[in-house]
Amino acid sequence: MLLQLFWTFLKIGAFTFGSGYAMIPLIEREVIDKKKWFVKEDFWNQFTIAQSMPGPFSLNTAVFVGYKMKGRIGAMVSVLGLVIPSFLIILMIAVYLTDFRNNVWVEAAFKGMRPAIIALIAVPCIKLFRSLKMWQMAITVTAALIIWLLGVSPVYFIFGGAIVGIVLTYYKKS
Amino acid sequence: MIYLQLFLSYLKIGFFGFGGGYAMISLIQNEIVVQQGWITNAQLTDIIAVSQMTPGPIAINCATYVGYMVTGNIWGSLLATLATCLPPLTIMLLISRFYVKVRGNKYMNGIITWIMPMMVGMMGAAALMFLNRETFIDWVSVVIFIGCLVATWKKVNPILMILVAAVAGIVIYG
Repeated sequence: MLLQLFWTFLKIGAFTFGSGYAMIPLIEREVIDKKKWFVKEDFWNQFTIAQSMPGPFSLNTAVFVGYKMKGRIGAMVSVLGLVIPSFLIILMIAVYLTDFRNNVWVEAAFKGMRPAIIALIAVPCIKLFRSLKMWQMAITVTAALIIWLLGVSPVYFIFGGAIVGIVLTYYKKS
Repeated sequence: MIYLQLFLSYLKIGFFGFGGGYAMISLIQNEIVVQQGWITNAQLTDIIAVSQMTPGPIAINCATYVGYMVTGNIWGSLLATLATCLPPLTIMLLISRFYVKVRGNKYMNGIITWIMPMMVGMMGAAALMFLNRETFIDWVSVVIFIGCLVATWKKVNPILMILVAAVAGIVIYG
Protein backbone atom coordinates (compact mmCIF):
# COMPACT_ATOMS: atom_id res chain seq x y z
CA MET A 1 0.00 0.00 0.00
CA LEU A 2 2.74 2.44 0.96
CA LEU A 3 4.56 1.62 -2.24
CA GLN A 4 1.37 2.22 -4.23
CA LEU A 5 0.82 5.58 -2.56
CA PHE A 6 4.42 6.56 -3.21
CA TRP A 7 4.27 5.50 -6.85
CA THR A 8 0.91 7.20 -7.49
CA PHE A 9 2.05 10.54 -6.12
CA LEU A 10 5.44 10.21 -7.77
CA LYS A 11 3.57 10.04 -11.08
CA ILE A 12 1.39 13.02 -10.16
CA GLY A 13 4.45 14.99 -9.06
CA ALA A 14 6.31 14.21 -12.24
CA PHE A 15 3.53 15.05 -14.68
CA THR A 16 1.75 18.05 -13.19
CA PHE A 17 2.91 21.29 -14.71
CA GLY A 18 2.01 24.79 -13.59
CA SER A 19 -0.68 25.37 -10.98
CA GLY A 20 -2.26 22.86 -8.66
CA TYR A 21 -5.44 22.88 -10.72
CA ALA A 22 -3.60 21.12 -13.54
CA MET A 23 -3.25 18.14 -11.23
CA ILE A 24 -6.98 17.60 -10.72
CA PRO A 25 -7.81 15.45 -13.77
CA LEU A 26 -4.72 13.30 -13.18
CA ILE A 27 -5.41 12.71 -9.50
CA GLU A 28 -9.09 12.05 -10.20
CA ARG A 29 -8.21 9.30 -12.66
CA GLU A 30 -5.60 7.72 -10.38
CA VAL A 31 -7.31 7.93 -7.00
CA ILE A 32 -11.02 7.62 -7.87
CA ASP A 33 -11.30 5.79 -11.20
CA LYS A 34 -8.31 3.46 -11.21
CA LYS A 35 -7.46 2.73 -7.59
CA LYS A 36 -10.96 3.37 -6.17
CA TRP A 37 -9.45 4.70 -2.93
CA PHE A 38 -12.22 7.28 -2.66
CA VAL A 39 -15.88 7.65 -3.49
CA LYS A 40 -16.21 10.66 -5.76
CA GLU A 41 -18.27 12.78 -3.38
CA ASP A 42 -16.02 12.07 -0.42
CA PHE A 43 -12.98 13.07 -2.38
CA TRP A 44 -14.40 16.41 -3.49
CA ASN A 45 -15.62 17.28 0.00
CA GLN A 46 -12.15 16.75 1.40
CA PHE A 47 -10.58 18.48 -1.55
CA THR A 48 -12.61 21.63 -0.89
CA ILE A 49 -11.25 21.74 2.63
CA ALA A 50 -7.69 20.99 1.48
CA GLN A 51 -7.97 23.90 -0.92
CA SER A 52 -8.78 26.37 1.82
CA MET A 53 -5.81 25.32 3.95
CA PRO A 54 -2.33 26.83 3.63
CA GLY A 55 0.13 25.21 1.26
CA PRO A 56 0.05 23.96 -2.33
CA PHE A 57 -3.21 22.12 -3.23
CA SER A 58 -1.37 19.11 -4.55
CA LEU A 59 0.57 18.70 -1.33
CA ASN A 60 -2.56 19.03 0.80
CA THR A 61 -4.35 16.51 -1.39
CA ALA A 62 -1.45 14.07 -1.06
CA VAL A 63 -1.73 14.39 2.74
CA PHE A 64 -5.44 13.60 3.02
CA VAL A 65 -5.35 10.78 0.49
CA GLY A 66 -2.28 9.25 2.13
CA TYR A 67 -3.80 9.67 5.57
CA LYS A 68 -7.03 7.94 4.63
CA MET A 69 -5.20 4.96 3.18
CA LYS A 70 -2.42 4.44 5.69
CA GLY A 71 -2.49 7.07 8.46
CA ARG A 72 0.38 9.41 9.20
CA ILE A 73 3.01 7.25 7.50
CA GLY A 74 0.83 7.10 4.40
CA ALA A 75 0.55 10.88 4.34
CA MET A 76 4.31 11.34 4.62
CA VAL A 77 5.09 8.76 1.95
CA SER A 78 2.60 10.43 -0.42
CA VAL A 79 4.15 13.86 0.15
CA LEU A 80 7.61 12.40 -0.40
CA GLY A 81 6.50 10.89 -3.70
CA LEU A 82 4.94 14.16 -4.79
CA VAL A 83 7.94 16.30 -3.95
CA ILE A 84 10.84 14.11 -5.16
CA PRO A 85 10.45 14.67 -8.94
CA SER A 86 10.25 18.46 -8.76
CA PHE A 87 13.00 18.58 -6.14
CA LEU A 88 15.44 16.69 -8.36
CA ILE A 89 14.53 18.61 -11.51
CA ILE A 90 14.82 22.03 -9.88
CA LEU A 91 18.03 21.06 -8.13
CA MET A 92 19.57 20.12 -11.47
CA ILE A 93 18.40 23.40 -12.99
CA ALA A 94 19.71 25.38 -10.01
CA VAL A 95 23.11 23.69 -10.22
CA TYR A 96 23.53 24.03 -13.97
CA LEU A 97 21.58 27.16 -14.76
CA THR A 98 23.82 29.30 -12.57
CA ASP A 99 26.57 28.49 -15.08
CA PHE A 100 24.26 29.25 -17.99
CA ARG A 101 23.20 32.55 -16.48
CA ASN A 102 25.93 34.52 -18.19
CA ASN A 103 24.99 32.96 -21.50
CA VAL A 104 23.54 35.67 -23.78
CA TRP A 105 20.79 33.42 -25.16
CA VAL A 106 19.55 32.24 -21.79
CA GLU A 107 19.44 35.80 -20.50
CA ALA A 108 17.58 36.93 -23.63
CA ALA A 109 15.02 34.15 -23.19
CA PHE A 110 14.42 35.21 -19.59
CA LYS A 111 14.03 38.85 -20.64
CA GLY A 112 11.19 37.71 -22.90
CA MET A 113 9.61 35.46 -20.26
CA ARG A 114 9.50 37.96 -17.37
CA PRO A 115 6.56 40.07 -18.65
CA ALA A 116 4.73 36.83 -19.54
CA ILE A 117 4.99 35.64 -15.94
CA ILE A 118 3.53 38.89 -14.65
CA ALA A 119 0.57 38.51 -17.01
CA LEU A 120 0.13 34.97 -15.73
CA ILE A 121 -0.26 36.29 -12.18
CA ALA A 122 -2.34 39.35 -13.12
CA VAL A 123 -5.11 37.54 -15.00
CA PRO A 124 -6.32 35.13 -12.29
CA CYS A 125 -6.06 38.06 -9.88
CA ILE A 126 -8.37 40.22 -12.02
CA LYS A 127 -10.78 37.30 -12.57
CA LEU A 128 -10.98 36.58 -8.84
CA PHE A 129 -11.35 40.28 -8.08
CA ARG A 130 -14.42 40.52 -10.29
CA SER A 131 -16.09 37.67 -8.40
CA LEU A 132 -15.78 39.47 -5.03
CA LYS A 133 -18.45 41.45 -3.20
CA MET A 134 -18.06 45.24 -2.96
CA TRP A 135 -16.77 45.26 0.64
CA GLN A 136 -14.30 42.52 -0.21
CA MET A 137 -13.04 44.52 -3.18
CA ALA A 138 -12.30 47.47 -0.91
CA ILE A 139 -10.24 45.24 1.38
CA THR A 140 -8.45 43.69 -1.57
CA VAL A 141 -7.36 47.06 -2.97
CA THR A 142 -6.24 48.32 0.45
CA ALA A 143 -4.24 45.14 1.15
CA ALA A 144 -2.61 45.20 -2.30
CA LEU A 145 -1.56 48.84 -1.97
CA ILE A 146 -0.13 48.45 1.53
CA ILE A 147 1.83 45.30 0.64
CA TRP A 148 3.08 46.83 -2.61
CA LEU A 149 3.97 50.35 -1.50
CA LEU A 150 4.97 49.86 2.12
CA GLY A 151 6.45 46.37 1.83
CA VAL A 152 4.34 45.13 4.76
CA SER A 153 4.34 41.34 5.09
CA PRO A 154 1.16 39.65 3.75
CA VAL A 155 1.32 37.45 6.86
CA TYR A 156 -0.39 40.23 8.85
CA PHE A 157 -3.26 40.37 6.39
CA ILE A 158 -3.85 36.62 6.48
CA PHE A 159 -3.69 36.70 10.26
CA GLY A 160 -5.97 39.73 10.52
CA GLY A 161 -8.46 38.24 8.08
CA ALA A 162 -8.66 35.01 10.07
CA ILE A 163 -9.24 36.86 13.34
CA VAL A 164 -11.91 39.17 11.94
CA GLY A 165 -13.61 36.13 10.38
CA ILE A 166 -13.72 34.31 13.72
CA VAL A 167 -14.87 37.33 15.73
CA LEU A 168 -17.65 38.25 13.30
CA THR A 169 -18.91 34.65 13.14
CA TYR A 170 -19.00 34.55 16.93
CA TYR A 171 -21.11 37.72 17.19
CA LYS A 172 -23.40 36.69 14.38
CA LYS A 173 -24.24 33.56 16.35
CA SER A 174 -25.10 35.23 19.63
CA MET B 1 23.14 31.29 10.63
CA ILE B 2 21.91 31.34 7.07
CA TYR B 3 20.46 27.82 7.41
CA LEU B 4 18.30 28.73 10.39
CA GLN B 5 17.10 31.89 8.66
CA LEU B 6 16.31 29.93 5.49
CA PHE B 7 14.39 27.35 7.50
CA LEU B 8 12.37 29.97 9.40
CA SER B 9 11.57 31.98 6.28
CA TYR B 10 10.21 28.98 4.41
CA LEU B 11 8.38 27.73 7.48
CA LYS B 12 6.55 31.06 7.47
CA ILE B 13 5.82 30.77 3.75
CA GLY B 14 4.45 27.26 4.26
CA PHE B 15 2.33 28.24 7.25
CA PHE B 16 0.69 31.32 5.75
CA GLY B 17 0.52 30.04 2.18
CA PHE B 18 -3.24 30.25 1.76
CA GLY B 19 -4.59 30.14 -1.77
CA GLY B 20 -1.78 28.05 -3.22
CA GLY B 21 0.54 29.00 -6.09
CA TYR B 22 0.04 32.60 -7.14
CA ALA B 23 -1.10 33.94 -3.77
CA MET B 24 1.99 32.37 -2.22
CA ILE B 25 4.21 34.33 -4.60
CA SER B 26 3.41 37.48 -2.64
CA LEU B 27 4.58 35.82 0.59
CA ILE B 28 7.73 34.50 -1.06
CA GLN B 29 8.41 37.90 -2.57
CA ASN B 30 8.01 39.72 0.72
CA GLU B 31 10.10 37.24 2.68
CA ILE B 32 12.87 36.42 0.20
CA VAL B 33 13.16 39.61 -1.88
CA VAL B 34 11.94 42.47 0.35
CA GLN B 35 12.92 41.31 3.85
CA GLN B 36 15.93 39.04 3.31
CA GLY B 37 17.17 40.36 -0.02
CA TRP B 38 18.43 36.92 -1.03
CA ILE B 39 17.32 37.31 -4.64
CA THR B 40 15.99 40.15 -6.84
CA ASN B 41 12.49 40.53 -8.29
CA ALA B 42 13.84 39.61 -11.74
CA GLN B 43 15.37 36.43 -10.36
CA LEU B 44 12.08 35.54 -8.70
CA THR B 45 10.21 35.90 -11.99
CA ASP B 46 12.86 33.65 -13.57
CA ILE B 47 12.26 31.04 -10.89
CA ILE B 48 8.52 31.25 -11.47
CA ALA B 49 9.10 30.84 -15.21
CA VAL B 50 11.20 27.73 -14.58
CA SER B 51 8.61 26.46 -12.09
CA GLN B 52 5.82 26.84 -14.62
CA MET B 53 7.67 24.77 -17.17
CA THR B 54 8.75 22.01 -14.80
CA PRO B 55 6.44 19.74 -12.82
CA GLY B 56 5.53 20.38 -9.21
CA PRO B 57 4.05 23.16 -7.07
CA ILE B 58 5.61 26.63 -7.48
CA ALA B 59 6.24 27.09 -3.76
CA ILE B 60 8.19 23.82 -3.55
CA ASN B 61 10.16 24.53 -6.72
CA CYS B 62 10.99 27.99 -5.48
CA ALA B 63 12.16 26.66 -2.10
CA THR B 64 14.45 24.12 -3.75
CA TYR B 65 15.89 26.76 -6.07
CA VAL B 66 16.37 29.56 -3.55
CA GLY B 67 17.74 27.11 -0.98
CA TYR B 68 20.48 26.19 -3.41
CA MET B 69 21.16 29.77 -4.49
CA VAL B 70 21.48 31.09 -0.96
CA THR B 71 23.71 28.34 0.45
CA GLY B 72 25.37 27.01 -2.69
CA ASN B 73 24.71 23.39 -1.77
CA ILE B 74 22.08 20.66 -1.74
CA TRP B 75 21.47 20.87 2.02
CA GLY B 76 20.09 24.38 1.65
CA SER B 77 17.68 23.07 -0.98
CA LEU B 78 16.62 20.18 1.18
CA LEU B 79 16.14 22.35 4.25
CA ALA B 80 14.05 24.99 2.48
CA THR B 81 11.89 22.35 0.76
CA LEU B 82 11.31 20.55 4.06
CA ALA B 83 10.40 23.83 5.78
CA THR B 84 7.83 24.61 3.08
CA CYS B 85 6.17 21.19 3.36
CA LEU B 86 6.14 20.90 7.14
CA PRO B 87 3.34 23.36 8.10
CA PRO B 88 0.81 22.25 5.44
CA LEU B 89 1.60 18.61 6.25
CA THR B 90 0.97 19.14 9.96
CA ILE B 91 -2.18 21.20 9.44
CA MET B 92 -3.63 18.76 6.91
CA LEU B 93 -2.93 15.81 9.21
CA LEU B 94 -4.89 17.53 11.97
CA ILE B 95 -7.69 18.39 9.55
CA SER B 96 -7.88 14.83 8.24
CA ARG B 97 -8.14 13.55 11.80
CA PHE B 98 -10.90 15.95 12.77
CA TYR B 99 -12.46 16.08 9.33
CA VAL B 100 -16.04 15.64 10.47
CA LYS B 101 -15.83 18.58 12.85
CA VAL B 102 -14.19 20.89 10.36
CA ARG B 103 -16.62 20.24 7.56
CA GLY B 104 -19.09 23.08 7.13
CA ASN B 105 -17.89 24.68 10.37
CA LYS B 106 -19.19 28.26 10.74
CA TYR B 107 -15.87 29.60 11.90
CA MET B 108 -14.03 27.96 8.99
CA ASN B 109 -16.45 29.65 6.60
CA GLY B 110 -16.02 32.98 8.37
CA ILE B 111 -12.24 32.72 8.09
CA ILE B 112 -12.40 31.83 4.41
CA THR B 113 -14.76 34.73 3.60
CA TRP B 114 -12.29 37.17 5.14
CA ILE B 115 -9.07 35.60 3.89
CA MET B 116 -10.33 35.52 0.30
CA PRO B 117 -10.02 39.30 -0.33
CA MET B 118 -6.57 39.24 1.34
CA MET B 119 -5.44 36.51 -1.04
CA VAL B 120 -6.58 38.43 -4.10
CA GLY B 121 -4.87 41.53 -2.71
CA MET B 122 -1.66 39.53 -2.25
CA MET B 123 -1.76 38.38 -5.85
CA GLY B 124 -2.31 41.96 -6.96
CA ALA B 125 0.59 43.17 -4.85
CA ALA B 126 2.85 40.48 -6.32
CA ALA B 127 1.97 41.55 -9.87
CA LEU B 128 2.43 45.24 -9.03
CA MET B 129 5.79 44.66 -7.38
CA PHE B 130 7.03 42.89 -10.49
CA LEU B 131 6.15 45.92 -12.63
CA ASN B 132 9.55 47.63 -12.56
CA ARG B 133 12.62 48.38 -14.65
CA GLU B 134 14.11 44.95 -13.94
CA THR B 135 11.30 43.11 -15.65
CA PHE B 136 10.08 45.82 -18.04
CA ILE B 137 13.25 46.89 -19.82
CA ASP B 138 11.71 48.57 -22.88
CA TRP B 139 8.57 48.82 -25.00
CA VAL B 140 9.05 45.23 -26.24
CA SER B 141 8.41 44.03 -22.67
CA VAL B 142 5.16 45.99 -22.65
CA VAL B 143 4.08 44.40 -25.93
CA ILE B 144 4.87 40.90 -24.62
CA PHE B 145 3.00 41.71 -21.40
CA ILE B 146 -0.15 42.87 -23.18
CA GLY B 147 -0.04 39.93 -25.57
CA CYS B 148 0.27 37.51 -22.66
CA LEU B 149 -2.56 39.21 -20.75
CA VAL B 150 -4.87 38.56 -23.68
CA ALA B 151 -3.52 35.02 -24.16
CA THR B 152 -3.98 34.11 -20.50
CA TRP B 153 -7.45 35.63 -20.49
CA LYS B 154 -8.32 33.45 -23.50
CA LYS B 155 -6.96 30.39 -21.62
CA VAL B 156 -4.00 29.69 -23.88
CA ASN B 157 -1.79 26.94 -22.43
CA PRO B 158 0.61 28.77 -20.06
CA ILE B 159 3.61 26.57 -20.89
CA LEU B 160 3.15 27.23 -24.59
CA MET B 161 2.78 30.95 -23.91
CA ILE B 162 5.99 31.12 -21.85
CA LEU B 163 7.87 29.24 -24.56
CA VAL B 164 6.66 31.71 -27.18
CA ALA B 165 7.74 34.60 -24.93
CA ALA B 166 11.15 32.95 -24.49
CA VAL B 167 11.59 32.58 -28.25
CA ALA B 168 10.54 36.22 -28.71
CA GLY B 169 13.16 37.19 -26.11
CA ILE B 170 15.89 35.24 -27.91
CA VAL B 171 14.97 36.75 -31.28
CA ILE B 172 14.77 40.33 -29.99
CA TYR B 173 17.44 40.52 -27.30
CA GLY B 174 19.77 37.67 -28.32
